[in-house]
Amino acid sequence: MKEISELSFPDDMRYTEDHEWVKKIDDGKVRVGITDYAQDQLGDIVFVEMPEVGATFLKGAEFGTLESVKAVAPAYIPVGGEVTAVNTGLEDSPQLVNQAPYAGGWIIDVAPSDLSELDRLMDKDAYVEMLKEISS
Amino acid sequence: MKESAGTTGLILNEPVLFEKGRKGRCGISLPRRDVAFFPLDETLAGPGPNFPDLSEVDVVRHYTRLSSWNFGVDTGMYPLGSCTMKYNPKTNEKQAALPGFAGAHPLLPVALSQGVLKIMYELERLLAEITGMDAVTLQPAAGAHGELTGMLVFHAYHKSKGSRRSKIIVPDTAHGTNPASAALCGYSPVNVKSNERGVLSAETIAEVMDEQTAGIMVTNPNTLGFFEENIRKIAEIVHAKDGLVYADGANMNALMGIVSSGDIGVDVLHLNLHKTFSTPHGGGGPGAGPVCVAKHLEPFLPVPRVLKKGEKYFLSEDFPQSIGKLHAFYGNVGIMIRAYSYIMSLGAELKKVSQLAVLNANYIKERLKGILHLPYDRPCMHECVFSDKNQAAQKVTTLDMVKRLMDYGFHPPTIYFPLVVHGAIMIEPTETESKEEIDLFIQAFKDVVKEAGDDPEKLYGAPWRPKVTRLDETEAARHPCLTY
Amino acid sequence: MRYLPHTGEDIAEMLQVVGAASLDDLFSTIPEDCRRKTGLNLPESLTEWELNDLMASVAGAMAVSPEYKVFLGAGSYEHHIPASVSYLLGRSEFSTAYTPYQAEISQGTLQAIFEYQSLVAALLGMDVANASMYDGASALAEALLMAIRATRLKKVAVSSLIHPLYRRAVSTYLAPSGYEIVELPRLNDGRTDLRGLEKMDDLAAVAVQSPNFFGIIEDLAAVGNLTRGAGTLFVASFTEPLAYGLLKSPGSQGADIACGEGQSFGIPQSFGGPGVGMFSCRKEYVRSMPGRLVGKTLDRNGKPGFVLTLATREQHIRRERATSNICTNSGLCATTAAMYMASLGGTGLRELAQLNHDKSEYLKRALAGAGFKVPFSAPTFNEFVVEFPSGFDAIYRRLLDEKIVAGLPLAPYYPELAGRYLLCVTETKGKNDLDALVQRLIG
Repeated sequence: MKEISELSFPDDMRYTEDHEWVKKIDDGKVRVGITDYAQDQLGDIVFVEMPEVGATFLKGAEFGTLESVKAVAPAYIPVGGEVTAVNTGLEDSPQLVNQAPYAGGWIIDVAPSDLSELDRLMDKDAYVEMLKEISS
Repeated sequence: MKESAGTTGLILNEPVLFEKGRKGRCGISLPRRDVAFFPLDETLAGPGPNFPDLSEVDVVRHYTRLSSWNFGVDTGMYPLGSCTMKYNPKTNEKQAALPGFAGAHPLLPVALSQGVLKIMYELERLLAEITGMDAVTLQPAAGAHGELTGMLVFHAYHKSKGSRRSKIIVPDTAHGTNPASAALCGYSPVNVKSNERGVLSAETIAEVMDEQTAGIMVTNPNTLGFFEENIRKIAEIVHAKDGLVYADGANMNALMGIVSSGDIGVDVLHLNLHKTFSTPHGGGGPGAGPVCVAKHLEPFLPVPRVLKKGEKYFLSEDFPQSIGKLHAFYGNVGIMIRAYSYIMSLGAELKKVSQLAVLNANYIKERLKGILHLPYDRPCMHECVFSDKNQAAQKVTTLDMVKRLMDYGFHPPTIYFPLVVHGAIMIEPTETESKEEIDLFIQAFKDVVKEAGDDPEKLYGAPWRPKVTRLDETEAARHPCLTY
Repeated sequence: MRYLPHTGEDIAEMLQVVGAASLDDLFSTIPEDCRRKTGLNLPESLTEWELNDLMASVAGAMAVSPEYKVFLGAGSYEHHIPASVSYLLGRSEFSTAYTPYQAEISQGTLQAIFEYQSLVAALLGMDVANASMYDGASALAEALLMAIRATRLKKVAVSSLIHPLYRRAVSTYLAPSGYEIVELPRLNDGRTDLRGLEKMDDLAAVAVQSPNFFGIIEDLAAVGNLTRGAGTLFVASFTEPLAYGLLKSPGSQGADIACGEGQSFGIPQSFGGPGVGMFSCRKEYVRSMPGRLVGKTLDRNGKPGFVLTLATREQHIRRERATSNICTNSGLCATTAAMYMASLGGTGLRELAQLNHDKSEYLKRALAGAGFKVPFSAPTFNEFVVEFPSGFDAIYRRLLDEKIVAGLPLAPYYPELAGRYLLCVTETKGKNDLDALVQRLIG
């Protein structure tokens, strides 16, 4: 597993304690995935269980799972709302989560019910601080 | 230098069955046709499956070659923690194969089934004596099946008291089948942590035990290899709120003749005949998971039950509070016969079995503790748990070490379980390993640990000697190929 | 004792290393109030020779062939087991091996189970089969639970012609969660009455057994037509897999899950266990499937090999959210079934299935010809129901004394069918056995 300095965390994202990232995309929607730290910890992702388009979740609810060979990790939704799209590419290529966690490895798009929930999440610096504390 | 137990040798490749054979070959002797041919209605008849056609020689060579790629207890030491990989006596196989047992139909009239019924009746009593419990069912086909039975008994008991319970207490050292079995009965597990001694504290249990909790599932000795020393107090706390105590008896090999589960507050206990009672693991079963209960829970046991009147045995369904049935018939009778043979061959020497199992484990613990990190440095029962902490600086993991151990001729111990120890290495030698075999094992582990320091590449690429090297499990999970 | 290698010297040396004064001392960490006060009250240990004598005499008190002619099926079938299969199972590399978690030194077990999975999937016409469940009854219960999980519906329809003991296991498994079980009645011809299904739209699954408990071949295509696209899973159950050497496979008729008992394939009856629960399903359900799965993959050098896979469904990883609690299954019996299927081959399987059918047909027609009523008209495989006249149980008991078990009385399972008996004929019965039975029944 990598050192924190070897991992990447884009500036234009918000981060959760459970290692999801979220960023604004078009039409007031947001895109959600897991961070470089999370994919590094999980190891090779073999399967991503995603919700149905149209499903709604409250902030913090479990919306799916990520499986490696020997573990299953829940994924929690950073902002509540309705799922407007899921990354069907992950069905055939779950490794995208490892290879490009912020780009091709995105998991769901959400139409948030309360966009202010986004602002209350950690920014990149706060998240990296948190990671440094966990690792020590 | 002494020769390693593991060596290289010529084994043969062998393709899958579907790549062998020729159409029209047959590997069995087809019985004589002495009746007319009656064609089946066309709408019902199908083409039959496209199995390969093989000769008897094809089949015998195929499986003989496959067997040469395997490592069994008969090959060498198999120190898997909590699996009790003891020697499987061959006389047990002979008894189970007796035509009177092997050829018996389960629905024969009772008068014609007295032999098997006698064995079942007696085995129940033998297991009751060994565990100190009052009544036994032999119906569950495996440990997890026994756990489900136990949870159903819990459910039935509470229902009979008009009490709805939704939770069950599960320690952090529990085997995965425990919460899985509880969930099948609608119970949510309440996870509790073990203390700094690696056992449960009565206070921890008192904090969570309430009237919505059906009871607790404990394993004793637990998966760290320690006797749950606070079990009596814990049982009192659970019983005080009318909860029940379930004991996972997978580790019974440590306690025969030493501790009576009935005396320490256990209400329901399952045993694994394929662990403690020497029946073979078979590459994944069949096993048997009898359940023993305290007297007040006897009415809930599955049916039918074997009863005796005078000198005759019979089956009875007359138990209105029974949880029902979990198996089509009576459970794995073939396995019961093997276990019965084992118990009859040992008698009260079963206590010696436990004593020697515990001796072997403590001996390994003492001899390896300078080499591997021992998280809990105190006497253990029939198994001991190490971690890979000492090898972290060299960037060598438990997985690397045990893969290299295979090259030395030993099956790896259980790894990464229990979850409470980082990189757990759980070693259970059992009583059937001799001192010299254990000394070879200890030396092999020492050699591996030395290699971890001198030449870790030997470990990262291990195992080198078996037919295949490490397999790509990631690809197997991403793009499963489950049939030919 | 020959399984305990320690000598007095060994024990003394080891105790010294451990720092214990005696074997008893090893248990000093166990609180006094937890220790047994009395010794184990067990019979004196037997020598190997005494055990042989004891077990031979106990086994002697059992009614088995060739001394007895047993015409019983009902979920346990007498078939010839080739000596080659029994011999191969004696190879202790198979029997004394553990579950193949350490794949590199378990390729024998893993390939054998991969082959078993493939053979079962081919037999049942399904996409994927698991490494086994305990038996046909628990397999059916788990299939219904799987359907409930997959559809999130809480009701299942189960044919009344599924083996009665299987239905009882299903009730036991489904009871704690309060799932509803609706029973499908039977038609006069002995098949399941499916008419009620047109109105049921909240069903997680419909389960039908074929051949059913009466040996009758069900109209699986009709079930498939009802469930297809309806959001209900079609579970096809069986107790006699040999039938699929001759009949259309459940998969070809629309089954989503096909499961049942594989004991017929080379596994001794052993008074009902161990057997092997065969379990197969369509590939879209594979991640909901209980039980272990073996998959093909490559090693680091590109050599083909096998591993346990999709383990994240199972209890040791998912714990309370697993697809089942199953751990130890029936691995050696699955290996046995594979060896038997390999020995039979496709051609042999077909011939043996036809022979079973024909011998059973022969007896059925002979009994009908002798004036006994065959109450159900639908075609059967190797079992069928016969009606015997009132007062028959005296004849039945007389036949027992003559070492003939003339079928299974149905009254305990279907009270309205008193006087009807279920007879089974496999390839183990010769024409003269069948003629003799008819003679005894007439005379």
